[in-house]
Amino acid sequence: MKAAFRLALVVCLLAAVCIAAAPTPQPLTASEQVQRVDGEVGAYGGRLVIGQRAEPKTLNPVTATDALSREAIGRCNADLISINRLSQKTEPALTESWRMSGDGRVFTLKLRKGIRFSDGHPFDADDVVFSFSLYLDEAIGSPQRDLLVIDGKPLVVSKLDQYTVRFTLPRPYAAAERLFDGLAMLPRHLLEKAYREGKFDQTWTLNAGASEIAGLGPFRVKQYVSGQHLVLERNPYYWKVDRNNNRLPYLDELVFLFVGSEDQQVMRFEAGETDMVSRLSAENYALLSNEQAHSGWQLADLGPSLEYNFLVFNLNDLGPKKLDDVAKKQAWFGDLGFRQAVSAAIDRDSIVRLVYGARGTALWGNVGPGNKLWINQTLPRPQRSLDTARQLLKAAGFSWDSSGQLLDTSRQPVEFSIVTSSSNTQRMKIATLVQDDLAHLGMQVHVVPLDFRSMIDRVFQSFNYEAAIMGLGGGDPDPNPEMNVWLSSGATHLWHLGETQPATPWEGEVDHLMQQQMVTLNYEKRKRLYDRVQQLISENLPFIFLATPNVLTGAKAQIGNFHPAVLDHYTLWNADQLFLRTQPRAVERAGIR
Amino acid sequence: MRNKTAMCVLMIALVLVHLALLFAGFFAPYDPAAQNRDLSYAPPTRIHFVGSTGFHWGPFTYGMVKDFDGYREDQSQQIPLRLFAKGDSYTLLWVFHCKTHFFGADRPARLQLFGADAYGRDEFSRLLYGGQISLAAGLVATLITLAVATIIGTVSGYYGKWIDEMLMGSAELFLALPWFYFLVGVRAFLPLHVSPKETFLLLIIVIGVIGWARPARLIRGIVLSARTRNYVVAARAFGGSDFYLLRRHILPETFAVLIPQATLLIPQYIAAEATLSFFGLGISEPVPSWGNMLSTLQQYNVLVSYSWLLAPAGALVITSVMYWRLADRLHYWLQSHSI
Repeated sequence: MKAAFRLALVVCLLAAVCIAAAPTPQPLTASEQVQRVDGEVGAYGGRLVIGQRAEPKTLNPVTATDALSREAIGRCNADLISINRLSQKTEPALTESWRMSGDGRVFTLKLRKGIRFSDGHPFDADDVVFSFSLYLDEAIGSPQRDLLVIDGKPLVVSKLDQYTVRFTLPRPYAAAERLFDGLAMLPRHLLEKAYREGKFDQTWTLNAGASEIAGLGPFRVKQYVSGQHLVLERNPYYWKVDRNNNRLPYLDELVFLFVGSEDQQVMRFEAGETDMVSRLSAENYALLSNEQAHSGWQLADLGPSLEYNFLVFNLNDLGPKKLDDVAKKQAWFGDLGFRQAVSAAIDRDSIVRLVYGARGTALWGNVGPGNKLWINQTLPRPQRSLDTARQLLKAAGFSWDSSGQLLDTSRQPVEFSIVTSSSNTQRMKIATLVQDDLAHLGMQVHVVPLDFRSMIDRVFQSFNYEAAIMGLGGGDPDPNPEMNVWLSSGATHLWHLGETQPATPWEGEVDHLMQQQMVTLNYEKRKRLYDRVQQLISENLPFIFLATPNVLTGAKAQIGNFHPAVLDHYTLWNADQLFLRTQPRAVERAGIR
Repeated sequence: MRNKTAMCVLMIALVLVHLALLFAGFFAPYDPAAQNRDLSYAPPTRIHFVGSTGFHWGPFTYGMVKDFDGYREDQSQQIPLRLFAKGDSYTLLWVFHCKTHFFGADRPARLQLFGADAYGRDEFSRLLYGGQISLAAGLVATLITLAVATIIGTVSGYYGKWIDEMLMGSAELFLALPWFYFLVGVRAFLPLHVSPKETFLLLIIVIGVIGWARPARLIRGIVLSARTRNYVVAARAFGGSDFYLLRRHILPETFAVLIPQATLLIPQYIAAEATLSFFGLGISEPVPSWGNMLSTLQQYNVLVSYSWLLAPAGALVITSVMYWRLADRLHYWLQSHSI
C-alpha cells in the first residue's frame, strides 16, 4: 500500500516536471520552407529574464497600442515582411519572396509552405486574408489601420492560391513593403468564431488561457501572473533555423518581470535578477559601466536614436478659445526672427553633456545622424551665439530696458512659460537649461512641469500653453511615418493643429513635397524631395530642435548573439537567436581589466 | 535646571539657523540660480591648510577641472579663502541690494561647501535659500492645519450629537477624496504660470487644508474623553461656562497630542511640496526649496553617485529634530508650571 502510494507520488512528480519543462523543438520536415539565419550557433536551454516598467495591457496584436504590450506580443508573433533592425532594410519573413508590379500598386507575396502556428495548426493564405480583415475593420479600431488606408481607400487583399496573396494599393506607395513590418499574422482557426460573434475585443486578453493563443513568433504564452510576471515558452514549430539546421529559438523561456520603473529595471539588472536592459538613461548607463570591469556586462552605446526632442511654440488658431494671454504672445512666436534667435541662444552642447552625459547628439533638424539613409547632410549646424541671437531680435524690432529685460515692439516685457512632462526627468532638465540660456537674452521663461496627461491635453485639445518641450519619432527611419507631423492637416502637426489649408507658403510646399515623396518609388528622387523638406523645416523652425539621446543597452556577459539595434525593439528583436553561454568567451574574459 | 539649559541651547541654535536662512543672501557665497555648466555634479570643495609650500595659517582651496570620470583639483594655483568677499549681487531682507558675502574664494575656484547639482549650481547656497521657503511654508501650513483641526475637533468632541456627526463625516470625506484628480483639476483652473509668491500662498493653503482631517479626529477623541472626566463634570456643576471649561480644563489636555503632531507635520509638509511640484503646483525651477532639491534624489543614479546632494535631507532632519526636542522641553516646562 505504502509502496503504491510512493510510486504514485513519483509518477505525479515526474509528470509535473514533464509539464513544466519547455517543449522540445519539432524535427524539421522536408515540406517545410524554413528560413535559415546567420549568426553564432548557440546551445538550447535556459531562460532569459527581462524587467518591464509596467504590465502589458493586452496580448492582442490588433488592438495593442502601448509599447510594453508590443514588447511581449512581438515575441509571440511574426509578420510577412520585416525590417532588419541592423541593416534597416526589408527582408522576407513569413513571405518567401515578393514581387511588385511596374506601377508600384500591386504586390504579390509567396508565403512559406508547410509552416505551423505555435499550436501546430498549419499557416496559409486564408490566415493572411483573415488577419488583414481584422486590421482594416473600423469597428475593431486597430492603431495600424491608418497605415493601410491610403487616400481614404484601404488596400485590397486577395488570395490567389493556398500560398499566394495579392495586395492592391489604391495608388503607388513608396517603400510599401515596409508597411508589413510589425503586422502580426493571426490564426483564423482560433479567432474567427469570436470575430463573427462580435467578441473580438474580448479575445487574447492577459487572462486568456495559453491554449487560446497561438502565433508564428519564436515564443508562445505560457503563464501570466497579475502584477508579477509573464512567462513565454519556446514555440516548437518556429519557422527559422540556424546554420546547422537547428530549429530556433534556443531559449526555453522568456520571462517578463514587472518591476515598476526605469530605476527598478537598472537595480534588478545590477542585482543579477534580470538579464537585459534596453533604453537606459545616460546616468544609469554610466552607473553600470563603473561596475562593468568586474561584472563583465556587455554594455552597448548604439549611437544616436531616431527620437528628436524639441521646443515648440503655440501657433494654433485660438479663435473663440478666449486665451488672450497666449494670443498676445503669438505675435512673438509667429515671428521667424524670434524663433531663430531662440534657436541661436540655446546651448545644445550643454544639453548633450548635462542631460545625456555626452551620450547624445545635438540636433538642428527632424532627421538626426542616427538615420543614415535619410539625413540631409548639407543643412547648417550653427554654433551657439548670443550675439547672433541679439542681432536677430534687434532686427525683428525687439529692444532691452536698463535692467536687461527684453521688450517687444510695443515695449512689453517678453515673458513666457514652457510646459513639460514632470515624470520625464531628462526633458525637465532640458527645460531648466533652456530657461537659463534664454535668460541671457533677457527673456523671462518659466518652466511649468505638468503630469503627462495634463500636458498632452493642453497641447492637443485646449491649446492653453505657450511653449512646450516634447519628443517625437523613434520608430521607422522611413519618411512616411513622419507624414502626420509635417503635413499641414496631420494629427501631430503640433505647432498648428487642424489647419484646413496650409497656413504659410512653406507649409504648402512641405505638403506638396511630402505627398510627392510618398508616391515616388525611386530612392534618390525621394531623398531629394525629403532633403528639401528638411531644409524648409530647418529654415522656418516650427520646432526648435534640441538633441537626441543615444540608444543605450546592456546584457549579461553570457548572452550570445546579443546584437542591439537603434530601432524598436532594441534588444529583443532577435530573441529567437539569443542563447546562454555556459562558458564566457575567452575574448570577453581577456577584456576584463 | 538642566531642562532650562537644554532649552536655552536649543532656542539659540534654532534662532541661529533661522537667522542664517533669513540672511541667506549674505551667508550663501553664490546666486542659487546661477548655473556653472562645467561643474555639473562637482563634489564638495576641499579646504586646505597644507600645500606644496608647507603649512599656511590662512585656509585656501584649488580650482576644479574635469577629469576622465569626475573632477580633480588643479594644484598649480592656491586660492585663498576670503571673509566678506565680493560676489553675485543679492537683495537682503527684500530691501537692501548688496554684493558682499560672508565668505568666498576668488575665481577660478568656486567654494562649494556641499558640492554642486546637475547644473553646477552651488548646493550650499541653494540649501540656505531653499530653507527660507521650505521652513516658512512648513511652519505656516502646520499652524493652519492645527488651528483648523483644533477648532473643528474641539467643537465636534465637546458638543457631540449632530454637530459631531456632520464634522466627522466631512473629515472622512476629506480623507477619502481622490487627491490626485483633485490636484489635476485645481491645476487646470489656475493660470499656466504662477509666480513664486502666489505659489507659496497656494502651497500653504493646499497643504494646510488637505491635512486637517486626521489631527481633527485625534483631538475630537481627546476632547470626548476629557469632557466626561470628574473634574470637568464638577466644574460644570459649579456653573463654569463652555468657554471656561474648554480653556481651563479641556484644551490643555490636547497639547500632548498637538505638539507631537506638529513635529510630525513640519517635515512631512516640506516634503509634500516636492509632490505638489509634480502637478506644477510647487516651487518651480530655478527657485530652490528643500522639497524640489530633494526630488532629484528620486533618481537612483543620483542617490547612489552624488551623496552630497543628500544635504537638504540632512538639513530637514536636523531642523526637525531641533523643533521636536524644543517642543518636548516646552511641553514639560508648561506642565511643571501650570500647577
